[in-house]
Amino acid sequence: MAKEVRNTRQELFEETVLPYLNSAYNLARWLTRNQHDAEDIVQEAFLRALRSFDTFTIGRDARAWLLSIVRNSCRTWHRQNRSRETTVDWDVDSQPTLAEWSDPQTLLIKNANSELIREAMERLPFEHREILILRELEELSYKEIAQIVDIPLGTVMSRISRARKELYLLLSQPKGELAL
Amino acid sequence: MSCQQVGEFLDAYLDKELDVVASSQFDRHLLECSACRAKYERYAQMHESVRAHMEYFRAPAALEQKLRAQVSPSVRLQSEVPRRNWFPGWRQWAVAASLAAVLLLTALLVQIARRPSASDMLAQQVVSSHIRSLLANHLSDVISTDQHTVKPWFAGKLDFAPAVEDLASKGFPLIGGRLDYLDNRTVAALVYKRRQHTINLFLWPSPEPDSTPRTLTIRGYNLVHWTHAHMAFWAVSDVNASDLGQFARDLGS
Repeated sequence: MAKEVRNTRQELFEETVLPYLNSAYNLARWLTRNQHDAEDIVQEAFLRALRSFDTFTIGRDARAWLLSIVRNSCRTWHRQNRSRETTVDWDVDSQPTLAEWSDPQTLLIKNANSELIREAMERLPFEHREILILRELEELSYKEIAQIVDIPLGTVMSRISRARKELYLLLSQPKGELAL
Repeated sequence: MSCQQVGEFLDAYLDKELDVVASSQFDRHLLECSACRAKYERYAQMHESVRAHMEYFRAPAALEQKLRAQVSPSVRLQSEVPRRNWFPGWRQWAVAASLAAVLLLTALLVQIARRPSASDMLAQQVVSSHIRSLLANHLSDVISTDQHTVKPWFAGKLDFAPAVEDLASKGFPLIGGRLDYLDNRTVAALVYKRRQHTINLFLWPSPEPDSTPRTLTIRGYNLVHWTHAHMAFWAVSDVNASDLGQFARDLGS
């Protein structure tokens, strides 16, 4: 009897949470910017998820649940490793708006390859990188993002706009002039 | 809606997060204002290009193996906390004997549970086929995004007519088809894309009754299997599980 219960719990975990391993790893990899720490965080996050799996109600979104655990671990990691930070620190509002962007600028953005995008992404502040990964790669809705990051819906909307503007502005700088 | 508001709602509109009223006001403004329309199109193209080139880091296979190994024993440990035995003398032996019997039974049960089922072995084959199709760069024999080209191509090559649906409007464009060999028979393989990910959809006639989609993960690949109208469907990809689930739903699983 006990074995049966145990197996179902384990199987349930394997069926509902483990399929989102790639989502968890992708987020951690982008937020820590290195494979080693990402693996450690994901491993720890899964064990934590397993321990608190009893509080997880079936029918809830397992991906959102897991991702919130992962992002919280990354947040703690980030606080401890802040010295490695090399992100941009600027006021996007003072930067030109989209309407004022020149054609060569937009062309640079459209032609940006994966490597350039990764370099630019890695220079974004933690919160902006995080929200872009959840939106552009996990394609989560604003509501789901609000739950995972634990911020109001309106903040999700403004943060996404800001993060995109920052990323596109970084990409629109000709190579070598990225030092903003 | 004013031009300034269009600027403010650009991202929310792009992400389909505006409510019905605001969204239709936005639509109307774009129809009437060519400057905003040009601005929106430029922004949408830029956004799509950047998104498409954003890397998706897949978990290393070793990490998945490590996690699977960790998940199982830690679950077992919780209920196998050693209990002290207070029974004296013969009772101890009786307890020991029944315990041994239970252990033997458990071992047997585990053996049975561990034996791969036919369906699991098929799932392995599906993953292997998927990997092979990507490795050998042999994705499609007929390369076409047109379902009316792909479907007739199968005629005469199979003893059944596979349903070929283009799901480009749902974000899963059809890119071709080919023949493959699974479950001891020739099957149809349809190839779809999801951003930079490839989805292989295998289908063939099956005597099984209709079943709801079952999802599983093997070696980091996600799979969805279902049966509908006496056809077995297996979708496999490295795309995330929720996207693949959506794909199955869009196909009417």
